[in-house]
Amino acid sequence: MKNSSYPFGKRITWVLFFVLFFLHQDFWWWDESTLVLGFLPIGLAFHALFSIACAFLGWVAIKFAWPHHLEQFAEENFSEGSEKR
Amino acid sequence: MTTLIVIIFYLCLLLGLGFFSSRSFRGTSKDYFVASHSIGPFLLLMSVFGTTMTAFALVGSTGKSFERGIGTYGLMASISGLVHAGIFFLVGIRLWAFGKKHGYITQIQFFRSRFDSDGLGYLLFPILVLLVVPYLLIGIIGAGKTIEPVTAGAFTEIFTNPSAPQWLGGIPSWLTGLVVSLVVLTYVFMGGSRGAAYANTFQTIVFMVMGLVAFVYIINGLGGLEQAGKVPARINDNGMLVQDYNFDMKLGELQKNDPPKPIGKVLNSTISDLSNKQPHLSRTPVLIEFKKKNPKTGEISVFERELGIPFITFVSYFFIPLSVGMFPHLFQHWLTAKSAKAFRLTVIAHPLCIMVVWVPCVLVGAWASGVLPPGIPPPAVLSAMLKLLVGDPVLTGLLTAGVLAAIMSSLDSQFLCLGTMFTNDIVLHRAKTRKYSDKQIIMIARTFIVLIVTLTYVLAMWAKDANVFDLAIWCFSGFSALFPVVFAALYWKRATKQGVVASIVSALLSWLYFFHLSGYGGEMVVGPGIIPAAVCFMVATIALIGVSLLTKPPSEETLKKFFS
Repeated sequence: MKNSSYPFGKRITWVLFFVLFFLHQDFWWWDESTLVLGFLPIGLAFHALFSIACAFLGWVAIKFAWPHHLEQFAEENFSEGSEKR
Repeated sequence: MTTLIVIIFYLCLLLGLGFFSSRSFRGTSKDYFVASHSIGPFLLLMSVFGTTMTAFALVGSTGKSFERGIGTYGLMASISGLVHAGIFFLVGIRLWAFGKKHGYITQIQFFRSRFDSDGLGYLLFPILVLLVVPYLLIGIIGAGKTIEPVTAGAFTEIFTNPSAPQWLGGIPSWLTGLVVSLVVLTYVFMGGSRGAAYANTFQTIVFMVMGLVAFVYIINGLGGLEQAGKVPARINDNGMLVQDYNFDMKLGELQKNDPPKPIGKVLNSTISDLSNKQPHLSRTPVLIEFKKKNPKTGEISVFERELGIPFITFVSYFFIPLSVGMFPHLFQHWLTAKSAKAFRLTVIAHPLCIMVVWVPCVLVGAWASGVLPPGIPPPAVLSAMLKLLVGDPVLTGLLTAGVLAAIMSSLDSQFLCLGTMFTNDIVLHRAKTRKYSDKQIIMIARTFIVLIVTLTYVLAMWAKDANVFDLAIWCFSGFSALFPVVFAALYWKRATKQGVVASIVSALLSWLYFFHLSGYGGEMVVGPGIIPAAVCFMVATIALIGVSLLTKPPSEETLKKFFS
């Protein structure tokens, strides 16, 4: 589990995370109740799209920042591996 | 009566699934507790999602949206999509790796090993139990509140003391709670964590499908999507909150109120022009005065409710979903994963699943403000809407089974994890190797589960009128205050056992302090509108960092086990 340099993929993932965190605080239409498609209040429609963006971020994280080292670490034999039931 | 038969049929189906999963049970304690690390991506997604979505998601979100409007979604659902997925990725996979490598079954085993401290386990165990119990309570309370309205009229001569006059003859909370507890207990008893994973998967599919079906029927009942958008309560030119429509049950359709029916009066708001605004469709805070009639005495009382959500409160809700990082039942689900790759589907699909469940619930809650009386208990809003708008008893039964599915898919994991922790962290921890056989270990876990179910049931009957959403927020607040501990354990080599103990104690004391101030489970904010979870989290973080830096760093040998 070395962390000598911070890979580009991880950086992108973190940047996207903070962008999404900012977008979540959508103060710009706090008082708006316009209906999108005639039934969905804009504040709810935006956050539904936000949920889809979170799924995309998950995909980015898996694609570019997957912790391969952890998989390897878990599969390696360890001398104290049987210390717990 | 037909509705009840459908619900009973569903519960029997679940018991059948319990028998099925018990046939694939391998008889070992490892299989009982973590399904021998054999759960693949789909079952993991369904069990993790089913576990995190409880009465809170269906019953609580609809009720909260009825009270505060569509801001409920951003408050809990969309931020959870971001934070939960992040935690599965950053915390879940790492804990799975350590669990698989070092053979941990419970969170406490990990913390004991990471910080070289037995005492830490004895400190953490009662705190985790204390925080899981409110989570269990909301399940039992939510189930009771759901069944009574939809079975109203079924047993008018037996159940003569309903919680509201219109629900006369409905199955009372005490009976629903008892049946739900026994069903969950039975299939957890038989199949352990594998049984819970199968049952969770089945129930998660049921509640997602039924939720969507309910949504479609409610939309039809309200006269279509566009019409539904016009239904929520509106503020008129005189500053009164009015309902423009009512649902005529005989005709089975929405009727216009002429003149609109006043249900409340605006007392205060941050914006001046509220004329024709539907406060449930935006997040502007508006204080409204309502009146409600006591169903038993007929006495009229006045109560105030703030619609909308203050911005600072909304931002500080970020701290609530951090709680999943410390849920002991989720830790156990993570450990059932066959490989790290099994997490991939969960990381991507979890926010989407949240959206599929929460968007309809939040919309139904906002629409309900236009057709239900404002004094109705928030946890009963969803079932009252089903009863009012769906009509067909078979369908109502199926939809109610969906709500029960969401509730039970969380209860099972929580019961199981408490049994697992008690057995492994308390009973077996000090026992000599091979003192107990696998059969005895499973029996100890099962006995503790029975005790916890009994305790939960008694407490749920005592707190049967608690607000499901608010009680859940208190439970999550406690777990989120413990989040710095798990994050530091995984990512900060300099964290010490003294720092962790200080953090846990500070988290507990600050949480108890605010919980007491809230009147044991009420809605509460601090200062300009910050939720207590944010304050507890900060206090716990400062204690962790401060005390860790002042005490001796952990040994190289310990660090090697986790950071080599």
